[in-house]
Amino acid sequence: MEKVYEKKALTGAEAVAYAMKQINPDVVAAYPITPQTPIVEYFAKFVADGEVDTEMIPVESEHSAMSAVVGAAAAGARAMTATSANGLALMHEIVYIAASTRLPIVMPVVNRALSAPINIHCDHSDAMAERDSGWIQFYVENNQEAYDLTILAVKLAEHEDVRLPVMVNLDGFIISHGVEPVELYPDDLVKGFVGEPKPLYPLLDTEHPVTYGPLDLYDYYFEHKRQQIEAMDNVKKIFPKVAEEFERTFGKKYDFVEQYKLDDADYVMVALGSTNSTIKYVVDWLREEGFKVGLLKVWMFRPFPKEQIQSILVGRKGVIVLDRSASFGAEPPLYEAIKSALYEAAVRPALGSYIYGLGGRDIKAEEIRKAFEDAINGNLIVDEQRFLGLRE
Amino acid sequence: MPVNLMQLAKEFDKKDPGITQGHRLCPGCGAPIIAKFVLMVAKHLGYEPVVGLATGCLEVSTTIYPYTAWSIPYIHNAFENVAATISGVETAYKALKKRGRIPDKKYAFIAFAGDGGTYDIGIQSLSGAIERGHKFVYVLYDNEGYMNTGNQRSGSTPPGAYTTTAPVGKLLPGKAQLKKNIVEIVAGHENVYAATLSLSEPMDFFNKVEKALKFDGPAFLAVLSPCVRFWRISDDKAVEISKLAVETKYWPLYEYERGVYRVTRKPRSFKPIEEFLKAQGRFRALLARPDAKDIVDELQKYVDARWERLLVLEEATKDKPIR
Repeated sequence: MEKVYEKKALTGAEAVAYAMKQINPDVVAAYPITPQTPIVEYFAKFVADGEVDTEMIPVESEHSAMSAVVGAAAAGARAMTATSANGLALMHEIVYIAASTRLPIVMPVVNRALSAPINIHCDHSDAMAERDSGWIQFYVENNQEAYDLTILAVKLAEHEDVRLPVMVNLDGFIISHGVEPVELYPDDLVKGFVGEPKPLYPLLDTEHPVTYGPLDLYDYYFEHKRQQIEAMDNVKKIFPKVAEEFERTFGKKYDFVEQYKLDDADYVMVALGSTNSTIKYVVDWLREEGFKVGLLKVWMFRPFPKEQIQSILVGRKGVIVLDRSASFGAEPPLYEAIKSALYEAAVRPALGSYIYGLGGRDIKAEEIRKAFEDAINGNLIVDEQRFLGLRE
Repeated sequence: MPVNLMQLAKEFDKKDPGITQGHRLCPGCGAPIIAKFVLMVAKHLGYEPVVGLATGCLEVSTTIYPYTAWSIPYIHNAFENVAATISGVETAYKALKKRGRIPDKKYAFIAFAGDGGTYDIGIQSLSGAIERGHKFVYVLYDNEGYMNTGNQRSGSTPPGAYTTTAPVGKLLPGKAQLKKNIVEIVAGHENVYAATLSLSEPMDFFNKVEKALKFDGPAFLAVLSPCVRFWRISDDKAVEISKLAVETKYWPLYEYERGVYRVTRKPRSFKPIEEFLKAQGRFRALLARPDAKDIVDELQKYVDARWERLLVLEEATKDKPIR
């Protein structure tokens, strides 16, 4: 059911900060880094103006941001942070600890290329370097999704069968600094949706003292990792329920993936993030010319919704995978995952891998069209690495 | 009157101080005594301690899953971030208290870390947490090296001490540099209580723990923590060596409170630094070198100068807090 809300022209960073304001977490610890900075700035202003009563910790580094948030979440607080690129890389050690300690932290990540050379613009190398850290990963297409999924993430992270942290990835500058109309939900609706946090084994419960972070050797570590693997698998069962509740509350539908003009599509492009908007434009353009093309937008990359993707892609003539990051010496991450998902298909579609947009290089509709044309012309060669928008 | 050892011994005869038996630290190790002393004082004063541990001897030896030697809330996150972690716990307490989601208790947030986690890899996290003014007590158990991983050199290792990464060799006399002065580094944050403590001076120790707990802001306690294994001393010597450290000016006992220095123990006479060095096997190779006298003289000059400087600081800062 379509619901009507107040629309405001906001940058993605503003939309995320607004979601955080409505979530009103107990603790936010953050350190500024381009292009995440406006999220921290807006939120700090909300705190300074008393629009939230969150306790904010202005830490001296991202490593301490994640460390403090781990401490706060273990203590029983709803805790959030946000970062980008090198900041995420600096936190890496504690990113892994946060997930392995099963702390339901939500972290918007404003995607930016990792150094070196230093670059402040969008690609997915930062988040992809964390794809095996045990965090749930969303990638959003636009400002509305950045707002929505930040709210949804809180509920998913804290679900008793999940208890895992969530990264909400939004493309640096393109989303974080680009202005779009965003439908904002009333405060009480958001408050009701996220509910009161129900901490498990909070550190501050001195009546029931717990030891967080023990030394766990070869006699138990393996079993604990197995539990973590199962928790990630649970996300596939729980996320549809949370998404359903989100739709009931706010009227917006989310899934593991979005299917755009896929019903009769022979050629399907697969991508993450803001580029999906451009791809939709190209799909419409090619459809006007009579080509049966479509888009599979991946909202959730971890856990990877393999079964759903498999069922969507089986029987297509060609699948074009766009990656905004490289995996040096191996296939790029999204392509690798899609290829692996197609292993069990009886008839495998032709498959092509395209890397684009590294370091914020703009991707043009013509370039996306060219990749579709490769597929339409029977010119997809599996594992041949192609690049869009690259000077040779 | 601050609490004394007899009172604490009586009080905790049948009461659990928070760290209990069953841990696997070496017999004679200074670290668990330090932890116990701190926690006994905290509990005696009616605090509910919540502790954070940096990776290190005290951490690995007390929490080997599925066992724990801690009967109080405990969190270990990583090596270099115990200050940031406990700052998150303390902030969560403030938030949850404000929102009425926890009963209002008299919590004490206490971080324990070795010298590696304090002088070296954890110094940024420590500095940030102190600068932000969190209400917590940071307890450094300083065993002057990476002892948990088998005696490697740290920023706290004294010159000439044998470590596996700065060994005394045919050419080099072991570590060439002096220890960092960690208390001065902490004191540089100004809005802080910082003190040195010794196991050989329990009254001074308890008094400083009490001050740290009651201080309205971050507090830092540096405790010399003899390592029986790598200081090459027998397992009944931790307190004796600590005493020698104070008597030789190696570990002067003093405190700093928002700019004001106070020397809390002034021995009538001092022993030469050589006695502190001779009592420990870690300096044996150094003392066997032909140039040993020069190195020892150098160290003697340093501890003398530092002691004089402390007395001057005490005089100059008396009743003159800077914050």
